[in-house]
Amino acid sequence: MTTATLPYQSLTYLENFGHSLRAASYLYKPTGIEEINGIFKFAKRNNLTVALRGAGRSYNDAALNSGGIVMDLTGMNKILAWNPETGLITAEPGVTLEKLWKTVLPDGWWPPVVSGTMTTTLGGCLGMNIHGKNNFKLGPIGEQVVEFTALLTTGAQVTCSPTHNGDLFHSLISGMGMLGVFTSISLQMKKVYSGMLKIHAFNVPGLDSHLDAIADCAPENSYTVGWLDSTASGKGLGRGQIHAAQYIQEGEDPHPAKTFQVAHQTLPGTLFGIFPKSIIHYFMLPFMINPGVRLINSAKYFAGMRESHYLQSHAAFHFLLDYVPNWEKAYGNGGLIQYQSFVPKETAKDAWQELLTLSHKRGLPAFLGVTKRHRPDKFLLSHAVDGFSLALDFKITSGSRPRMHAMLQEFDKIITDAGGRFYFAKNSETSPETASKFLGEETIARFKTLKRRTDPDNILESDLYRRVFGNL
Amino acid sequence: MPLTKYPAATPLSPRRRAIIIGSTKGLGAAIAHRLAREGYSLALAGRSADLLDKICAEINQASGETRARAYIHDVKEYAQVPDLLQKMITDLGGLDLFIYNTGVLLPTTPVTYEPDKDRETMEVNALGAIAWFNAVSPVFQSLRTGQIVGISSVAGDRGRVGNPAYNASKAALSTYLEALRNRLTRHGVDILTVKPGFMDTEMLKSSPRAFWVISPDQAADDIWKAIRTRKQTIYTPSRWGLVMLIIRHIPSVIFRRLSF
Repeated sequence: MTTATLPYQSLTYLENFGHSLRAASYLYKPTGIEEINGIFKFAKRNNLTVALRGAGRSYNDAALNSGGIVMDLTGMNKILAWNPETGLITAEPGVTLEKLWKTVLPDGWWPPVVSGTMTTTLGGCLGMNIHGKNNFKLGPIGEQVVEFTALLTTGAQVTCSPTHNGDLFHSLISGMGMLGVFTSISLQMKKVYSGMLKIHAFNVPGLDSHLDAIADCAPENSYTVGWLDSTASGKGLGRGQIHAAQYIQEGEDPHPAKTFQVAHQTLPGTLFGIFPKSIIHYFMLPFMINPGVRLINSAKYFAGMRESHYLQSHAAFHFLLDYVPNWEKAYGNGGLIQYQSFVPKETAKDAWQELLTLSHKRGLPAFLGVTKRHRPDKFLLSHAVDGFSLALDFKITSGSRPRMHAMLQEFDKIITDAGGRFYFAKNSETSPETASKFLGEETIARFKTLKRRTDPDNILESDLYRRVFGNL
Repeated sequence: MPLTKYPAATPLSPRRRAIIIGSTKGLGAAIAHRLAREGYSLALAGRSADLLDKICAEINQASGETRARAYIHDVKEYAQVPDLLQKMITDLGGLDLFIYNTGVLLPTTPVTYEPDKDRETMEVNALGAIAWFNAVSPVFQSLRTGQIVGISSVAGDRGRVGNPAYNASKAALSTYLEALRNRLTRHGVDILTVKPGFMDTEMLKSSPRAFWVISPDQAADDIWKAIRTRKQTIYTPSRWGLVMLIIRHIPSVIFRRLSF
């Protein structure tokens, strides 16, 4: 970095994934450790803060830094080592899940934990400690990390594993990029015997049966995920569809090499063979109003009335969010927000019944609901509980903002009273009070102590960090 | 490192950010109050620390949070501008709107010639504005969005007997803004030229024959409406538009014999 003075004319507007926030920042895209160090020094000299950004897929302000520096790490995207014998891969933080699975699958391996989109980067995945549809089995991605190296703002490099520098290992993963920058990440892949998964799809008529089905499916399936019709009320409240998936055992797939091929996995570029999917979101736009969404949700529910078993590729099953490119743009100018709550299994039903009923009463129904089964983990800023999660997508319009804000504050109270938790890559309205309520004073104090140790000059800051942890 | 003092933006409580140069009293103060009520975060610049602190305190008290912060600045200190702008943008966390309001009207008569007053007028009303526009324009140009507002005057539409320097300074400002508009519209940046008539501020003392006098709050309402609808040029009150249309077309052979 040769910049001597701040190039204030190079401010760039960056958005969150939901297109609901914009922040002007000085954007830098380092390609190596030297450059990252240079940016830290430059930030310190100019009294600026630095936020880390990967794919920019956080729904909130986690990868934004208003008026500060944003360090985009997508330029550091090399696979450093891949061993097809042991399934151990070492990569730079900007490597995306897409690059990861395309590297390992032809050799018969699959990333054990993936998000709903393959565009996310490993650095971002670790920073937020993402989970997949198998959280109840394998935990978050952090539990698949064998070792990582991180650069601190002091210029020090630390190597961490579950047993070496364990405190840093369990806090840099889940630390929202506020403690250091991952520079190299080693992950254990999972051996698979086919490029396909066995899917079992069936409908559930209400919230009770919905949660029971997820809980029942979880132990015997590799993956479980539920779609919840968030517009249905009354008797149908919480109705939806469960997708459970199982790995194919060794020998079951006669031609695994064929299904391992990237071409066999790739999502089709067109719908019905003719309709380019890159423009679908324009046609979705007019339907993205309350009645339209109710119609779509109901249609989806009734279309799924017949229980079905079928085979689906790993990529098609996992990366549902990539199925319609730029789908989030269908939410229009105001964009969308996601409200995801993680609630213990004992209280989940009552809490969500209250949540969904409230959203209908306020006339602000969610457009999409997704449910999953979870188990706790040992990471510092953990969002997981022994229970379930419900992710609700809401459309933002300029007129509904104050009402939506008030409703989400009520939601937060319902969830924290039920012993629930939140996820820092998703919720955008979490207040410091809510955060301290679900994380606990002790966890916040530990996080702050670690922050003082790894980043004594407070160089790493994002809008999210300032908003939630700034005054805690 | 100090945390940003302005409240954080979320998707459900978005914040727009504005800088107002010349906001201690009169129209600038009225615009500041108006924008604060609309939820803007404000960087307010002026010469008097006391007056700045007072208006910031008023705004922040009324909204119950930090919506305005003070920056002491003399617009004739041109060299300070780039650094100060950078500091304001960093503190605000971005920039959506820039308003240059500073202006002086130094009293004179149709038969006096005072070069010091004329230079002061040109420096404050025109050169100060140009220094700021030069700093702000590249920021908005690279962001491909933003809005620049210049408070010019009906006095810039014609040169008259009373105060040549004031007319010239406002004409320079209006023309500069027009040129900037032609440059920046293609980059997604809007430029608003505001031409107020007589307003009930300190400046009015220099205009004993004032008429159609409006309050700064009324003007601020007009200006806010124009900002919101991304207008290019407005007169406030609007009837000045018709009056100036006529005045602009009076032939010099007549105009030079008039005494207003």
